[in-house]
Amino acid sequence: MNTISEYWETIWQYRDTFRSGFWVTLQICVLSATGALLIGSLVAIARISPVPPLRAAGTAYVTIFRNTPLTVIMFFAAFALPELGSNADFLRIPGLDKIFGRLGTDLPYFRFAVLALSMYTAAFVCEAIRSGINAVPAGQAEAARSLGLTFIQNLRHVVLPQAWKAAIVPLGSVIIAMIKNSALAGFFGVVGDLSQSANSLTSAGGEPVIPIFIGISIGYLILTVPLGLLLDQVEKRRAVTR
Amino acid sequence: MRIKNLVAVAAIAALGLVAAACGDDSDDSSDVEVADNPTFAAGTTMERLANAGTINIGTKIDQPGFGMNNLDGKPEGFDVEISKIIAGKLGISPDKINWVETQSAVREEYIEQGKVDFITATYTINDKRKERVDFAGPYYEAGQSLMVRKGDDSIKGPEAFRAGDKTVCSVTGSTPAENIKQYLANEASQLVLFDTYDKCRDALQNEQVDAVTTDNVILLGYISKAEDAFQLAGDTFTTEPYGVGLKKGDTEFRNFINDVLEEAAESGAYEEAWKNTAGKFDSNTPELPQIDRY
Repeated sequence: MNTISEYWETIWQYRDTFRSGFWVTLQICVLSATGALLIGSLVAIARISPVPPLRAAGTAYVTIFRNTPLTVIMFFAAFALPELGSNADFLRIPGLDKIFGRLGTDLPYFRFAVLALSMYTAAFVCEAIRSGINAVPAGQAEAARSLGLTFIQNLRHVVLPQAWKAAIVPLGSVIIAMIKNSALAGFFGVVGDLSQSANSLTSAGGEPVIPIFIGISIGYLILTVPLGLLLDQVEKRRAVTR
Repeated sequence: MRIKNLVAVAAIAALGLVAAACGDDSDDSSDVEVADNPTFAAGTTMERLANAGTINIGTKIDQPGFGMNNLDGKPEGFDVEISKIIAGKLGISPDKINWVETQSAVREEYIEQGKVDFITATYTINDKRKERVDFAGPYYEAGQSLMVRKGDDSIKGPEAFRAGDKTVCSVTGSTPAENIKQYLANEASQLVLFDTYDKCRDALQNEQVDAVTTDNVILLGYISKAEDAFQLAGDTFTTEPYGVGLKKGDTEFRNFINDVLEEAAESGAYEEAWKNTAGKFDSNTPELPQIDRY
């Protein structure tokens, strides 16, 4: 019992570090999730499009990013892009960098982490959306086509609204996995996120490992558990409507 | 080089130790002065070693500029030269020294177990270590420093980071990383931390950061491998005194080494040892720090 209260003391002592780490992680997650959903949707559309080169490109994207370890993608983003002369400056989006201050700094590692995490997660987002689309009975799309709807109209008004319902839960799982994957950012130059904070508290600060890691776990759980609960709710409601 | 070798050979021949110079034409070690049959009080470590004519010295073999194996498998560096000077005063020529690799974690044990007679291995003196071993010296004060791209004169020291427009890289969880934080205007936009210094070096080379900070000795190692790409910026801004580690309680040996170090500083052997080794990458020739005769 004594050790547990000691643990709490250590965690409480560093509450500010955990809090600031939580905000940085949250920023990475919000930006990456947005990026992943955008890129993933585009790739999914490419993969089901009637244009063969687009389909091939979409398939290639998923094959590459789904099958490469995230660590390797992070590494390429953080060390290969600079070698090619890019600091991912296109992510210095005006306006957005007012809210997410680190997007606009001279240090590119926050942008690299967001980019890598978005690209990697997008492959899984694409597949989740595609599985949703596949769940829509083929007759729906055929009926829409026979009514003279174009490919885009077909997707927008008939297929995607139904696919969305089937895809939302797997998509949520993908995003939860992404939040946990964001811990890697701290090892590729992002200073002050949850995982990097833990690292510096334990090695330079000489703090015991267990309470610190309990502390950062709480940070991740605050992000993931509510998302998981929300997904459960969505699923229940879907069961009712069916 | 040829003239230098001739002088060295002549000097050693005069001491009656011609053998030491043979086949040793690329290395500066032949310059080290070797005492001719020195005498020491009976029962001391110095007497034992002088009589044995050989000595076991611990050093590092992976620290450029301080202790690093050359292509022949012999260590070279400032630590090594300091050891050779000490051994020379015991009448032991460099080729009679038995070098032992002592990694950071095993240094105290090797001394306690008698595997080495003394250690020069970028060995920082601190109170915790003094509980197990004794230290002669310090013979050098290392410290945290900054490495920048060659020709970048905009950073002269850690104060350069106060303005907030310069970025710096270090290793996550390291003491240098904590030290530099007090000089930063904004951690989020100025500090990058990686797990190894190699990544920091790459980031410096590719201009993601403006400087890398850690102990100058580690930085010298990187500069030694890429002298055209990097340079040190300014002086050290923390202090890490390097000492000669030896068996606890052997005060006579410790005093002897301290005397040798002071003599070497006076005779210029200390300065020469620096210039032939770490001084090739760091133009600031150090002075022998105040010896701590505790």
